[in-house]
Amino acid sequence: MSVRVAELLMALIMAVFSAYLMWKSAELPIGWVTDEGPGGGFWPFWLSAIMLLSCVGILFNWVMRKSAPSRSMETFITMPVFLNVGVVALALAVTVFLMGWAGTYVALFAFLLFYVGVLGRHGVVSTLLIAIISPIVTFMFFEVLLSITLPKGITDPYFKPVFARVYQCPRRETFGGRMQCYINPAWK
Amino acid sequence: MVEILGLLFDGFAIALQPTNLMLIVIGCTLGLFIGSMPGLGSVNGVAILLPLTALFPPTGAIIFLAAIYYGAMYGGAVSSIMLGIPGASTAVATTFDGRPLAKLGLADKALTGAAVASFVGGTISVVLFTFFAPPLAHVALVFGSPETFALMMLAFATFIGLGGDDIFKTFFSICIGLVLSAVGLDIMSGEPRLIFGEITGFLHGINFLVLAIGIYGIGEMLWTIEENVKAGGVNMMSEATITWERTKKNLWELLGTWKTMLMGSFLGYFVGILPAAGATPGSLMAYGIGKQISKDPDTFGKGNIEGVVAPEAANNAASTGSMLPMLTLGIPGSPTTAILLGGMVLWGLEPGPRLFTDQKEFVWGLMASLYVANLAAVIINIVLIPAFIWVLKLPFTLLAPLIFVLCLIGGYAPTQDMHDVWLMLIFGIVGYLMRKLDYPLAPAVLAIVLGPLAEPALRQSLLIGNGSFAIFFTRPYSGPIMVAALLLLFLPLFNMGWKRMRARNDSAGEWQG
Amino acid sequence: MKPAKLVLGLSLVAGAGLAVAPASAAWEPTKPVEFVVMAGKGGGADKAVRLMQSIISKNDLAPVPVIPVNKPGGSGAEALVYMSKSKKGDNHTLMFTLNSFYTTPLRQKGLGVNIENFTPVMRMAEDTFCLWVNSDRKDINNVDDFVKAAKAKGKDWIMAGTGKNSEDNLLTDFLNTAYGLEMKYVPYKGGGKVAKELAGNNAHSTVNNPSEQLGFFEAGATKPLACFTDERIGLFKDAPTFKEIGKDFVYYMQRTTVGAPGMSAEAAAYYQGLFKKVFESDEWQTYRKKKALQGDALSGDALMSYWKKERDVHKVMLQKMGAIK
Repeated sequence: MSVRVAELLMALIMAVFSAYLMWKSAELPIGWVTDEGPGGGFWPFWLSAIMLLSCVGILFNWVMRKSAPSRSMETFITMPVFLNVGVVALALAVTVFLMGWAGTYVALFAFLLFYVGVLGRHGVVSTLLIAIISPIVTFMFFEVLLSITLPKGITDPYFKPVFARVYQCPRRETFGGRMQCYINPAWK
Repeated sequence: MVEILGLLFDGFAIALQPTNLMLIVIGCTLGLFIGSMPGLGSVNGVAILLPLTALFPPTGAIIFLAAIYYGAMYGGAVSSIMLGIPGASTAVATTFDGRPLAKLGLADKALTGAAVASFVGGTISVVLFTFFAPPLAHVALVFGSPETFALMMLAFATFIGLGGDDIFKTFFSICIGLVLSAVGLDIMSGEPRLIFGEITGFLHGINFLVLAIGIYGIGEMLWTIEENVKAGGVNMMSEATITWERTKKNLWELLGTWKTMLMGSFLGYFVGILPAAGATPGSLMAYGIGKQISKDPDTFGKGNIEGVVAPEAANNAASTGSMLPMLTLGIPGSPTTAILLGGMVLWGLEPGPRLFTDQKEFVWGLMASLYVANLAAVIINIVLIPAFIWVLKLPFTLLAPLIFVLCLIGGYAPTQDMHDVWLMLIFGIVGYLMRKLDYPLAPAVLAIVLGPLAEPALRQSLLIGNGSFAIFFTRPYSGPIMVAALLLLFLPLFNMGWKRMRARNDSAGEWQG
Repeated sequence: MKPAKLVLGLSLVAGAGLAVAPASAAWEPTKPVEFVVMAGKGGGADKAVRLMQSIISKNDLAPVPVIPVNKPGGSGAEALVYMSKSKKGDNHTLMFTLNSFYTTPLRQKGLGVNIENFTPVMRMAEDTFCLWVNSDRKDINNVDDFVKAAKAKGKDWIMAGTGKNSEDNLLTDFLNTAYGLEMKYVPYKGGGKVAKELAGNNAHSTVNNPSEQLGFFEAGATKPLACFTDERIGLFKDAPTFKEIGKDFVYYMQRTTVGAPGMSAEAAAYYQGLFKKVFESDEWQTYRKKKALQGDALSGDALMSYWKKERDVHKVMLQKMGAIK
């Protein structure tokens, strides 16, 4: 597929998308509502209309061969690029799925193992080190330090003892005291 | 005035006590780490550490929060420059030239520039705050919806020239950003709208970070992978080095950008005090104006240090400025100041016009801590630059997966909804394809930030003015701003048309000749 | 910083296997408790939640941290759907609610949310509402003056409020019908913004919570004319209640902690005890006094019947407005 064809396809898809947005926006009033001013669909509807007009403009440029992509007959995505970018995009999609289903930490471990080990061809030791350490650092930074819970999916029950261990230390203790408590289970 | 200076001086004395100084160093370092994570910004740092501050006495707590605030502001620039991913909306404009500079192997220059400009912006704004707070509080008070919309128009006008050469694609990009910003609850009618496929995840709207991390994080990384493939697979994120000689040269060159820094600082401060939006519009406008006043506007977006200096000076000045409506009107200009407002409630302080008279010690103590935190942040930041450069030198196959991990978590953190991570991935892939076809995407990111501010302001104004656009021109503050916006908007369009005509005539001439 | 974290992380993982749950009978949370806020960051509800969070951590009331999560989408629709679909039967999720707890499920039947399924934990306060004008209006000193001035302006009298069909909108509609006015209701995002629009003379009147106007009131920029309460509010002794001046209209906004639907009885009992301690803490009592909050602590079945009663009241009000059939 040449860049020129891709340009046409993208403009057509975006034109259809703009039309869909206009239709979707029109679920709410797009004009003046008595005592309420412009309706809820006013802003997105008319802006989607401009999007559609812009797409018409892009198509016009395509016909006239005015824009650079509409003149280029190079291949849009060459096979090596498609393979490299495609593999990474697919790996990301699988990782996002895993984040919801098997939990963030499993997902990150698997993703890093794949990317660093398989794609990056790093050694077994360094791959494993990165794949194990990164999720742990993530857990410490987000869940312990910043109190942002990340999705855990089916692995949620396994975190019970971890949290029990973390929150065994009194919250009101000073930073240093808490650190000592985390490291030394017998601390009191 | 003498009294204020005295109070400010007392504040400095307190902030410089050894224990407080230690709090500042810890706070700044922590803030720097939080801010440099894509998806986390000063708002996370301040929000999450607020309960911790219950453990300190109020003065210590304020100092600690100010330090985190500034640390995170600097951190935002770090991720913008190094990874090309803005960690917060205030750092979007910094990516435009910060990232190209890093790609040119000049990450150290961009990082130093950002730190110095932030410091200048912070200093100027504290001085302005000290001398002009009460009269400016009045301006902030009378600033209503028509004025807010006029200001948004001005912001759009300043960056209309930032798109690519294809005017249709630029318009498409702006509009899609504005439409996506409308997803979710419409506050004016109270109805949900644009809930695609009736998926509940769209009810909370599309967070700016989802689009920004999608485009600048995922999309940019895919783009880099493609470039690597084309280059034979031996590319790195950038080739950066740092030496004492280079740093001296960088600092020397920065002196030459003093005009841009001053412009950014003043502009940032005055936009920041308006209770509309906090620091984001200020930094965007500073970038746009920085480009227009630059001797070398064509290199903007390709790695001009002025393009880093202008928004960084502005966003730091604006974040001090946005303290003003928070303290005097109880109106937080940004989510971060909203959290700080919550903190004040905790400490038993009532924000309002009387705060400046009733709680002088608090106000000027806060200003002094902000200033000291600013100073500490610039030093810590410059000290850490070699470490950042070292990270950039990691092999691409190590750095890339780690950046992807940061993107995935960064997409989840703001809303804590997996739906947004999927959305981010889609934006990233579609954005990558669009970028290959020369669609400018920065306008979409800017539009999704400003859309939620502009739309209600427009509709409120029209409702108040019974549907007539005259309301924007007849009010004392909105009138001049609107006229300036329209002038700025049509000048480049006119210029562009003029240039194109000239170009056509020239080429026509060549043809004939 | 990094090496310390590593050691920490590794020892944690090692310790995890060894840790044994404490052998006590009473239920206690074992992981961070998610505290969903039905409103955005920085609003009144959000501030209250963050205050409660810090009360809990400061006084060490709970073994785990309580983490606020803002889900403001769709007037609380997002939060309600999240609680009743994703968090059903969860013992580690709470929500802080406002009156949109009643109105949103009533207006959006499609959500399939029944508030009777939620677990009552504790009503922490009821917020009050007053009618406010700018102090520059020397000609308006009571409700009669207000009615006269608003009538003269007709549709150009601007009443600022927080969103369509919100509490402010209900009260504006009440005033319009009760006094035969035609005030124009302009929605803004958040009560603080509304208060500022009044102080900056961009709106003619508002029906803010006292806490939102307090700063401006103390500075003499705005003044309350009358309040929608049973008795006069201590801070504004001069402002009568609407009851006193012949319009029997009393309206409060609940500030209540709710548990996820299907929460176990033991967990519910635990959270009721926890929030009773929060309610009784000095910090919360000071906050209530400063913000002119009313309403006692209410939990269990009493809270559930309060919800049912309030929901029916809101149903009638929304029907009158024409917002629902």
